[in-house]
Amino acid sequence: MAERVVKLPDVGEGIAEAELVEWHVKVGDVVREDAVLGAVMTDKATVEIPSPTDGRVIWLAGHVGDLLAIGSDFVRLEVDGKSEPATEAAKLALPGAGAATRRSDRVAAAPRAPASEPTKELGSQPSASPLHHAVERPLAAPAVRLRAREAGVDLRQIRGTGPAGRITHNDLDAYLARDRTGTTATPHPARTAVTDIKIIGLRRKIAEKMSIANARIPHITYVEEIDVTALEDLRAKVNGQKRPGKPKLTLLPFLMRAMVRAIAELPHLNAHFDDEAGIVHQHAGVHIGIATQTPTGLVVPVVRHAEARDIWDCATEVARLAEAARNGNATRDELTGSTITITSLGALGGLATTPIINHPEVAIVGVNRIAIRPHWDGAAFVPRQIMNLSSSFDHRVIDGFDAAQFVQHIKLLLETPAMIFID
Amino acid sequence: MTEIACKLLVIGAGPGGYTCAIRAGQLGIDTIIVEAGKPGGTCLNVGCIPSKALIHAASEYETIAGAAEGKSALGISAAKPSLDFAKTIAWKDGIVRRLNGGVAGLLKKAGVRHIAGHARFRDGKSIEVATQSGLQTIHAETVVIATGSEPIAIPDLPFGGRVISSTEALALTEVPKKLVVVGGGYIGLELGTAFAKLGAAVTVVEAASRILPQYDAELSAPVARHLGALGIAILTGTKAKTLGADGTALMIETSSGEQRTLDADQILVTIGRKPATSRFGLESLDLDMTDSFIRIDDRCRTSMHGIFAIGDITGEPMLAHRAMAQGEMVAEIVAGQRRAWDRVSIPAICFTDPEIVTVGLSPSEASSKGFDVKTDLFPFKANGRAMTLQREDGFIRTVARADNHLLLGIQGVGVGIAELSAVFSLALEMGARLEDIAMTIHAHPTQSEAFHEAALKSLGHAIHI
Repeated sequence: MAERVVKLPDVGEGIAEAELVEWHVKVGDVVREDAVLGAVMTDKATVEIPSPTDGRVIWLAGHVGDLLAIGSDFVRLEVDGKSEPATEAAKLALPGAGAATRRSDRVAAAPRAPASEPTKELGSQPSASPLHHAVERPLAAPAVRLRAREAGVDLRQIRGTGPAGRITHNDLDAYLARDRTGTTATPHPARTAVTDIKIIGLRRKIAEKMSIANARIPHITYVEEIDVTALEDLRAKVNGQKRPGKPKLTLLPFLMRAMVRAIAELPHLNAHFDDEAGIVHQHAGVHIGIATQTPTGLVVPVVRHAEARDIWDCATEVARLAEAARNGNATRDELTGSTITITSLGALGGLATTPIINHPEVAIVGVNRIAIRPHWDGAAFVPRQIMNLSSSFDHRVIDGFDAAQFVQHIKLLLETPAMIFID
Repeated sequence: MTEIACKLLVIGAGPGGYTCAIRAGQLGIDTIIVEAGKPGGTCLNVGCIPSKALIHAASEYETIAGAAEGKSALGISAAKPSLDFAKTIAWKDGIVRRLNGGVAGLLKKAGVRHIAGHARFRDGKSIEVATQSGLQTIHAETVVIATGSEPIAIPDLPFGGRVISSTEALALTEVPKKLVVVGGGYIGLELGTAFAKLGAAVTVVEAASRILPQYDAELSAPVARHLGALGIAILTGTKAKTLGADGTALMIETSSGEQRTLDADQILVTIGRKPATSRFGLESLDLDMTDSFIRIDDRCRTSMHGIFAIGDITGEPMLAHRAMAQGEMVAEIVAGQRRAWDRVSIPAICFTDPEIVTVGLSPSEASSKGFDVKTDLFPFKANGRAMTLQREDGFIRTVARADNHLLLGIQGVGVGIAELSAVFSLALEMGARLEDIAMTIHAHPTQSEAFHEAALKSLGHAIHI
């Protein structure tokens, strides 16, 4: 018997030490050549360290988590023979050492093997007579082996369905189609087709408009939360009373009226900015565009002179325009000329958005979804209906302070809806 | 001194080295190959190719000589042939030259730079080559050692004078009258047989108890019988000692301890080959070794980062096709592909008369690995094609697992069956069972039918026996 020292090999260029992450053997284990002794990790990868020879483990270099120097002793093995490197003679000595040992190996245990011999261990130590490479090697044709290697698959993980447990191309395909944990998942073949869709008509218009708006306007987006509990109460009560000839009130007419009042305080937000001429056209009339999703894309019908409409009028006009836009019979006049825009996705409004200004306007108000959220009233959390407004402004002509003033004004009005109606 | 750099440097342009370099060139790797001699290595220049040429010439001569002596059963008679051996050797040299040129051309076509000269390691990344135009230093990211092997000499019987190695035997200018072959392995018997057919009185001296000791007795027996038929004297259990006093005879010692001398015009020593690890500064690298071979892993990597080794220098079996497969694999690894040695078998052929082919495990090897095996053979005596070739000696043998009939080994001995090695290897690589062979149609009339029948016999239903 002789001792063979297995040193920690150079597992990667320029690495001085590696972290021990796993032992596959313990002291006393009999290992065969190429069996994995342990694994170390560099900053790049985990590397398994195989045994260079057959032998019995007599010493291990520390515990999992230890840092080991490259070239230091990793495992010491007791090997047959006199001198250190495992000679061919030492390797051949082992199988013949015990009595004739017959074993049914992993390959033999595979399905469809005709009448496999029951395992019979006649030798003294079960692990003392190592399996020959030819035995432990998975049975597969060269082309299958090459494919597996290139796919980084260890064929020992695959159960062959061919004769004598041979691993076929189909077995490899099936293995590659399932996830590595071994659970069979529905195969999701990668789809590599690319469909070209020509951008035409309304979609092209939208694309151009968005490009101009986003390219030319430095946006500032301001998000504020609004407690709409009182407003929703009011809406529920008003809508609860049947009024012939009057439309159902949504939140939009209230917002429009609030905007009209806020614009009265901050009139320069209701404007067109002609940046080429360097002139802001401030409008006296408040023409509110309502971004509306239609089957062919986004359009913005305009409620003209919102400042001259009461809440019922606003509601009626919004409903009429939305209907016309969706039916595709809105006129050109009805789709142009807004001075400020509201964008709302209703229930899909999300928590916050970053609305793109409807060029050449300078402000857009985005309505987010209403949700019941806990609100601290000074003594306790109470459920309140909360809605966010996400509003963008052309920062070239609107300062953040004015933007904030505008939104805060709307907030005040919407949270105390009676103020919308007090002149 | 000039200095150049490359990505891959291959030392030695034998079968392993040139295959590695060509494949690397195909893969777009900047490659240099260094070789002191002619491209092709031992195999092409002083091994496989010239010996097979000589064996072929000898067989042709023997056939005609046999006819001249009235031995032809085919009714062919001929005048006594004469042999212009210098012309035979020139023909053989012509084949070698063509192949030298072929290899050089393939290297060039693959864009490999070829530097003629003797290489010497300066360190693991740089090599000095003594070229005709002076010392050349080559810096390489990766180095492949493919320096091959050389004949082993007997200390008391050094090469020189009448004592020759296989290299000199293939370049003799005349057929020796008395040839003593020391070492009854495949090299000695291939060449001994050829010279016997060419008219030499050949004696084979073998220390072991029988010739071809690396093969099992069943395989070597038909060869031994035919050696006898050719008039070759076999002295087994006999040791070659030294040259006699006048240098014309070999002193031998028989198994009984009797000492005597054998007169010899040439003494061909073929006791084996050893890795060519000296003379190129390998010692300075201090690579891990296995005995006298460079130790490699399953990717042909040595213990030093960036240095690979392939071919005879890495151990047995010292065969050209093993080196070629290793060389191809290493080139692909250097190109970044995932490769590792996973071949089931390396076929081996002994070009004696008859030839021996072995692939995979012999019956005893399989048993010692713990397999319960079924071994069956089919003799050429029952093969029609063998009869038409006038050679019914030999057989094909299958070794399969008893439980699942997986073929573990295939061996054969017979005239011209070297060509069957491909189908044997393919069967093992594909993981064939006896049933696969039995269910494959083997063309009639061919010697390959013996393979089919051996498998059928193992399954219990051979037809022609």
